[in-house]
Amino acid sequence: MTKKVVITFSDGSASRPLIYELIKKFDIMVSIIKADIDGGRNGKLVLELDSDSEHIRQAIDFMQTSGVDVTPLEKKISYDDSKCVSCGACTSACPSGALSIGAPDWKLRFQPDKCVVCKLCITACPLKLFHIEFAD
Amino acid sequence: MTKSYEEINEKIRKGKAVVLTAEEVSEMAKTMKPKEILDKVDVVTTATFGAMCSSGAFLNFGHANPPIRMERIEINGVPVSGGLAAVDTFVGATDCNPQNPTYGGAHIIQELIDGKELTLEAWGKGTDCYPRKHIKTQISLKTINEAILMNPRNAYQNYNVAVNSTDRTLYTYMGTLLPRMKNASYSSAGELSPLLNDPECRTIGLGTRIFLCGTQGYVVWNGTQFNCSKPLNDYGVPMGNARTLALMGEMREMSSEFLRGAYFEKYGVTMYVGVGVPIPLLDEDLAHRVSIRNSQIDTFIEDYGQKGDLIGKVNYEQLRSGEIEFMGKKIHTAPLSSLYKARKIAAILKDWIEKGQFELTAPVRPMPTGTSLQGLKEVEPSK
Repeated sequence: MTKKVVITFSDGSASRPLIYELIKKFDIMVSIIKADIDGGRNGKLVLELDSDSEHIRQAIDFMQTSGVDVTPLEKKISYDDSKCVSCGACTSACPSGALSIGAPDWKLRFQPDKCVVCKLCITACPLKLFHIEFAD
Repeated sequence: MTKSYEEINEKIRKGKAVVLTAEEVSEMAKTMKPKEILDKVDVVTTATFGAMCSSGAFLNFGHANPPIRMERIEINGVPVSGGLAAVDTFVGATDCNPQNPTYGGAHIIQELIDGKELTLEAWGKGTDCYPRKHIKTQISLKTINEAILMNPRNAYQNYNVAVNSTDRTLYTYMGTLLPRMKNASYSSAGELSPLLNDPECRTIGLGTRIFLCGTQGYVVWNGTQFNCSKPLNDYGVPMGNARTLALMGEMREMSSEFLRGAYFEKYGVTMYVGVGVPIPLLDEDLAHRVSIRNSQIDTFIEDYGQKGDLIGKVNYEQLRSGEIEFMGKKIHTAPLSSLYKARKIAAILKDWIEKGQFELTAPVRPMPTGTSLQGLKEVEPSK
């Protein structure tokens, strides 16, 4: 299985070789989707973890006990469904297929697990309904 | 066989009219001939919910004491027309303050409909009959006199599909167009769209009663840029941007479920407008017209990266599939107008007619024929 998570480093915790540990200790294939670490070694990483569910669970436990915050990506990205008109403008811009629209109901569908945090939806939505917590 | 408006309205009043949405009748047409459809069905409801920049609202604020001739007017900081008598204005959907381009006339209209209170500020030079020079106050739909939605150009008959062949992302009124034709965006409700179901406007004219943003509104004129000269495809459907409607309705009865202020990135403010038009099946020709299917409606592919060159043709069944093949490429397609909302509108209009709450009107004046458009030339003053 794959799971996308947002890792938040604070108090300079980005100085440790976290990715190495995920690969070495937990046999996880790691894809770095986004990295934004500042000079004080604080910041965010968006990772896709690919392994069996047990290894992923252990890896997340390990990170959490190592002083970094781990949040599933879908918790960080949201859109206001109650105001959405399902026009489809965001699906046009979305390169990963996380946002889609089509038969039978033509209602906007959001699959956070496919999101690559390109943030194009934020500008593409004519009603400005998207919110990404770590967007600039 | 033919039917008259009066015969159909009599059925509506008795609650006996058979009403289908344009999608339902298109499905029916797969197994039935127009003659049978005419026999079974009285009215077909069509609808669209899309971004329609050429929209706006007339407002009358009422007179203050002492009175002011409002010559410069701002609502929530957005400059609106000061050119309509003393206390009237027209709020254009795309009006905005360049300092804050993401908020504009369309948002003002939506907020009024939502019952919100807005800040009105106005200036005048002061006259003997209107001595006041400045006023700043709060208004809402409760405090003002008239609030009339008046849209000069809505419900385009068909619309080109937008692509971008350049190497950079384009931000347009057709949405975000990714480089090297990675996406194509289209903006028509296809077989559900009003003017595609009555392409020659045989039943749609001045005075046609319609669904407009949640209430009953009217077609009040041909829309601006009304163009009868677009090429027809094999099914008699105009390809590209053809006919349009001018619409009017009472804002106090409207709902923001069917009217939304919107902002297209790096383009500007626009307004989503929900329109539903009933089409009476008066004869076989109309029964045939409303049977049109997405696969029979073509439109042009327009390259917004190359000064609007028309580079291909595609039909709505292909567009709705989510992907088209064009110039050896697979291009992701996505809509800009909401089929989800358009279906809701067609269903509501159907319900109103079935319940006898909405009768049909014959056009007081038909739409023009033989029109084409002129471009704007840059010329010197003639002597």
